[in-house]
Amino acid sequence: MKALLFERDVPRFAAARIAGTLGGGRGARVGPLRLADVDPPVPPGEGWVRVRPRLAGICGSDLATIDARASRYFEPIVSFPFVPGHEVVGDLDDGTRVVLEPVLGCRARAIEPPCPACASGELGGCERVAFGHLAPGLQTGFCADTGGGWSTALIAHESQLHRVPEELSDEDAVLVEPAACAIHGALRVPDRSPTVAVIGAGTLGLLTIAALRRHRTPGTVIAAAKHPEQRRLAKELGADVVAEPAELLRAVRRVTGSLALGDGPVRSLTGGADAVVDCVGSATSLAAALAAVRPRGDVVLVGMAGEVRVDLTPLWHREVRLAGAYAYGTETVPGGGGPSRTARTFDLAFELVAEARLGRLVSARYPLDRFTEAVRHAADAGRRGAVKIAFDLRGEKERNR
Amino acid sequence: MTAPRRARRPGLVLETDRSTPPMLFHHGEGFRLERLPVGSRVIYPPEPVEPLPDPDEAIRQALLHPIDSDPLPALLHPGMKLTIAFDDISLPLPKMRRPDIRQRVIEAVLDLAAEAGVDDVHLIAALALHRRMTEAELRHCLGDRIYDAFAPHGLLYNFDAEDPENLVHLGTTDRGEEVEISKRAAESDLLVYVNINLVAMDGGWKSTATGLASYRSLRHHHNVHTLQHTRSLMDLRRSALHQSNWRMGEVLRKAGVRIFQIETTLNNDTFPAPFDMLQKREWEWTARDRATYIATEAALRRAPRRLVRSIFHGIEAPHQMTSVQAGEVEAVHARTLEHVHAQQLVHVEGQTDVLTLGLPYICPYNVNSVMNPILVMCTGLGYFFNLYRNKPLVREGGVLIMSHPTPWEFHPVHHPSYIDFFEQVLAETTDPAEIEAKYEQAYATDEWYIHLYRTSYAYHGVHPFYMWYWGAHALEHLGGVIVVGGDPRAVRRLGFKPASTLRDALEMAEDVVGRDPSVTHLHAPPLLLAEVT
Repeated sequence: MKALLFERDVPRFAAARIAGTLGGGRGARVGPLRLADVDPPVPPGEGWVRVRPRLAGICGSDLATIDARASRYFEPIVSFPFVPGHEVVGDLDDGTRVVLEPVLGCRARAIEPPCPACASGELGGCERVAFGHLAPGLQTGFCADTGGGWSTALIAHESQLHRVPEELSDEDAVLVEPAACAIHGALRVPDRSPTVAVIGAGTLGLLTIAALRRHRTPGTVIAAAKHPEQRRLAKELGADVVAEPAELLRAVRRVTGSLALGDGPVRSLTGGADAVVDCVGSATSLAAALAAVRPRGDVVLVGMAGEVRVDLTPLWHREVRLAGAYAYGTETVPGGGGPSRTARTFDLAFELVAEARLGRLVSARYPLDRFTEAVRHAADAGRRGAVKIAFDLRGEKERNR
Repeated sequence: MTAPRRARRPGLVLETDRSTPPMLFHHGEGFRLERLPVGSRVIYPPEPVEPLPDPDEAIRQALLHPIDSDPLPALLHPGMKLTIAFDDISLPLPKMRRPDIRQRVIEAVLDLAAEAGVDDVHLIAALALHRRMTEAELRHCLGDRIYDAFAPHGLLYNFDAEDPENLVHLGTTDRGEEVEISKRAAESDLLVYVNINLVAMDGGWKSTATGLASYRSLRHHHNVHTLQHTRSLMDLRRSALHQSNWRMGEVLRKAGVRIFQIETTLNNDTFPAPFDMLQKREWEWTARDRATYIATEAALRRAPRRLVRSIFHGIEAPHQMTSVQAGEVEAVHARTLEHVHAQQLVHVEGQTDVLTLGLPYICPYNVNSVMNPILVMCTGLGYFFNLYRNKPLVREGGVLIMSHPTPWEFHPVHHPSYIDFFEQVLAETTDPAEIEAKYEQAYATDEWYIHLYRTSYAYHGVHPFYMWYWGAHALEHLGGVIVVGGDPRAVRRLGFKPASTLRDALEMAEDVVGRDPSVTHLHAPPLLLAEVT
């Protein structure tokens, strides 16, 4: 079958790293990712089914992997070679359209009893992602045994699958996974925070804004967005104030009525936003988040960070809470006037995608053959006025045989 | 009192033909030579008026023989409170060579005060909501002797429009305009105001009613409605802004504020060597002038920006005093205007479809600072557009073409609220009325801006709004504004259109005013005032 395969290849890895520094996504041409004809993955046991992807998104973590920028932290929890692609809408053999919940937790790995996190429905916190009868892999798309979305077929455990309602398009459905990540991050922000800043307005940032609006009733949402189309969408999805990243501190100051310390360029505030959601995960964005948050406020790191160099003095001095937000699990959300309810993050994501018509964020689709173009487009999405770039497998001959 | 002196040569309206050399356009911290279409008009300012032969003696005579007032010595007595207020760093432009005219006048006033035994004297820089003057700027303006005698004792200081303890509300005009000014000035036995009337807009009641006033007072005339009905800022008779100031003057008078107004005028000898060719008419440039221009332009293009800026802001104009008059505010000001007009007035027949301007590196609000995009707008649409009497140089629906690099750059110490205004307000709207209604109050009362205005060297939070309102009449009048050679992003943020060359700009203008438009170039600075009939 046809797949994009990511192999452990040190020279190519080094080439990708160099190419990646010249421009995002350039690692696709020279790095360990290649189009290959591979054997279909074999189900490891009961409860596994074949999924034939229809659309598979390209995510920031994929780009980091392709450009060899991902942290070595992941080494023990991925297995090579793997087929990337964890944002997937596909078909089962019986024609059922499904979205993949890619975390490979205890159930998928046939581990009994499940770890405490899986037992409580907090799938993202699974302690066994490198154990069980599957090769290590925190998610489908990083595991050698399951295949991934950037191919004509993968295998998935039935616990990973969510049926797609008919009214949702494939474009809507492919955004369910990132929407779930965004919801999980947004729910780390205290409810009814008067001011929340969101740094970054790529897919994750935009979805976080939408998630905050749906689940958190913030007073004012300030979005830091680099590109014009991102700024437009940020407003449309619920940001009250949209600023360029360099303007964020000033915008936060204006909204919160804080003072800035010193004269000249604004580098630190006396107050700040009650919460800042960092959807970028770079040293710059994290430093901006720490500068923009008020004393004893919350910084939520939704974007995948790597090794960063950041001055943590403000975190210490202002007693800021810094929390990561990875993947999804089970959430408790306000009940809209009634009692709060508990739901799986993916269920909330389906609601959000439908309500906010998020499928419109899919800006371009590429066949697997044009993967270098697709990756470059995804890396330059903001600058090129795009948001989500996806592989479109619906026309692949092998898939439809 | 002498009749105004005449300029060496009067102003001129030139019609270009094929032999007309390219025209000099100021272009921020640089210049451009542009060839105008044949048949364009170029308005040149009059050449500098002959200065007073003995300025110190002229000052003494003005103080001893004032207009509609007792001589100054008769108003001075021991035990009295004397306050001397003076125009701030926004005047003159460029700053003049030492001794500054204010130093000459204030030294003369202080000599008389000392002779009269007056020992309670305060000197206040009447800066309204402008930034505070630094020690170096005060020393340049007043001289070391005055600075060293007064500043260390806290007797020479910048006006603080946000110090409620030192403001006093004196009443309201018959239109409900509140008059709140410096308490020290209002409660003095005599307020001596020392002005420099660089343009016709300056002076009169505006000196005190604006220079020493708080936001509470200023908002009554520094607003969109008033500025849209100010036609022009340089024409006292048709300026709603001045009429408001004059009404406030009446309140000051009725409240018993005793003012001895000293107004001065300068000739328009603006640029020293090697920049003096900037005030010559191009066809009179010598070979040396041309060589100087080429060398200067090339050097400026290659030099680091910081160096270029320091060269320009280091320019000290050879301005010289052409008149000084003292006494009752309105009578003095009427005489002052005669002198300003003698230096600057040029008669121009008929309006134009397209007016071109070359904006210089400086305006009243970026002395030793950055000409940011908002100041570019204000200089072009607020000041240069308003250099007219009777009717604007450009017809209603016409196009203004300005040449300026318009960098997306701000001085973070001097203009903090400008940055926010540019990032927040102009990103939303450029409509002055909407801006005023939606944002002014928040900026005017922002605690951080107030803090920086009072303790650092920042213009008040509301100041960028006033800059925008200054252009409100032009925005309403014009069919389009094009900026040549500006940063396209910054120009678009201002709501204007960018063009890379004058030729492109003229073509773009034709979309608004039609084919073969009439074109007029305002050849300034040096400044002039067009009497358009």
